[in-house]
Amino acid sequence: MRDNSALGNGGHGGAALLEFQKVNTYYGDLHVLKDVDYVIGKGEIVCLLGGNASGKSTTMKTIMGVVRPQRGEVMYDGEPIGKMSTNDRVRRGIAPVLEARRLFPRMTVYENLELGAYTQPRGAQFDQDLERVYGLFPRVKERRDQIAGTLSGGEQQMVAIGRALMARPRLICMDEPSMGLSPLFVEQVFDIIQTINKQGVTIFMVEQNASMALSIAHRAYVLQTGQVVLSGTAAEMQANEMIKQAYLGEMKVEGAAP
Amino acid sequence: MTAYDLALQQLINGFSLGSMYALLALGFTLVYGILELINFSHFNVFMVGSFVAFYVLEGFGVVGQNTIMTGLPLVGVLLAALAVTMLVTGGIGVGIERLLLRPLRAVKGPAAMILTIGVSYVLFNIVILGAGADSKNFPNPLPPIVFTFENAVLRMREILIWVISLLLMGGLTYFVGYTKLGKAMRATAQDPEAARMMGIDVDRVIMMAFFLGSALAGAGGMIFGLYYNYTSFIIGFSAGLRAFTAAVLGGIGNVPGAMLGGLLIGLIEAYSGAFIATAWTDVIIFSLLVLVLVFRPNGLLGRMAPNKS
Repeated sequence: MRDNSALGNGGHGGAALLEFQKVNTYYGDLHVLKDVDYVIGKGEIVCLLGGNASGKSTTMKTIMGVVRPQRGEVMYDGEPIGKMSTNDRVRRGIAPVLEARRLFPRMTVYENLELGAYTQPRGAQFDQDLERVYGLFPRVKERRDQIAGTLSGGEQQMVAIGRALMARPRLICMDEPSMGLSPLFVEQVFDIIQTINKQGVTIFMVEQNASMALSIAHRAYVLQTGQVVLSGTAAEMQANEMIKQAYLGEMKVEGAAP
Repeated sequence: MTAYDLALQQLINGFSLGSMYALLALGFTLVYGILELINFSHFNVFMVGSFVAFYVLEGFGVVGQNTIMTGLPLVGVLLAALAVTMLVTGGIGVGIERLLLRPLRAVKGPAAMILTIGVSYVLFNIVILGAGADSKNFPNPLPPIVFTFENAVLRMREILIWVISLLLMGGLTYFVGYTKLGKAMRATAQDPEAARMMGIDVDRVIMMAFFLGSALAGAGGMIFGLYYNYTSFIIGFSAGLRAFTAAVLGGIGNVPGAMLGGLLIGLIEAYSGAFIATAWTDVIIFSLLVLVLVFRPNGLLGRMAPNKS
């Protein structure tokens, strides 16, 4: 029934966890997402590439229900969620890692993690999730009583990812996880993303650092002025001339042309 | 009375007034902290609270200062008056938010603030129409037990005011600091969008801020009556303005700041009234406000408003 041929269908095998079906989103008169289709399979890492104002952040907001599509449907685990409130989406296992971390700056690291688990009951499960986060990020455990706003950028990103994990997510949507981090931290963050994915969490990520993102992603979409212009497996993307030029920094300098 | 006695007496008075201003200031700060809205209807929610307490106490048969109660009936009547007052004013606060301010939430600019001024006048006029414009002799069932220190007098009403204020402020501090909804409230104040994406129902948090702030204002209104032995439709403006000053002084949006600011304003009012002249009280309070805003624009403990993103 689903027509994935247009997406290049890079073998995202298995069932879809998240699906955009001809989604159109507007800000007032501004048409941001135009007939956008994505399929994110269970257990995948899918990365979304695109320049500024291409609609990447709007995609994230549409998934979280902060922005509602005017036409088209967002399916999650086989159910339409277009009209579902943000807290119901979080309760059903969609958790965000927001652009620029967006921790609650005057609360402790522990309180930030607690808020990540806002839709989850307290008890053994909470303790187990907390141990999982502390296991992935020993640094976060050391800093648990520190005020989040005083952490370094890298530490804040660890807390932001930990906070998303506290929601017991099946899908984590990451908006620019490498932004503003030192190269060393970028590698650590991508290692962690892979680890989390191997634990069974599906990852949909917007990322400027295309070479890093494609190195861990299974598949990718390229968004340009609100339209999906290219999609395929990470390997296909890495080999694609347009991707190489536009996102992987292998631009050929010919004459004075930029 | 020596100057020392007077100073001691004003310490007692100042703490009582200060607790009242602190309770009132908390409502300004809770709402501002989340919505960046100065809620002028708060002035008269406080005034209405004073009238609700007045009618509940009269309903229990307490008239003026001559119906003395003791023991359990006294505690029961006071608790009932306090609880009913806080529930009614809390409900009014929620009603204002839910019915009037929520539809305006997406509107930028001063529309919401101006609406609160309008609501303030509506409450003001409802009370004039319903209860009359004369001031009311506020019922006080406390036994006339008096403790004296040197020549300073500590009456039961002061002790009651302190106990009520301490319990309410302690309760609020616990709520905001340690409960799930309280943490959600702080998170919403710091970053509303991120809070929403944690699955926090931000509308519910805003409603809670209005409920708590307005309920505390109601308690403040009852305290006003107990302290001054009267209430009137006019009391909202001067008390409200001083409490608002207290909130700004402590750092608007900041819960401990509102408490500190309230106590300071109460003490300044008491001391300036006794040692300078009552006529100078407002001059001193508002000059201090100007000085604080010039040298510490974020207030004594720092302003805590949402992060702009």
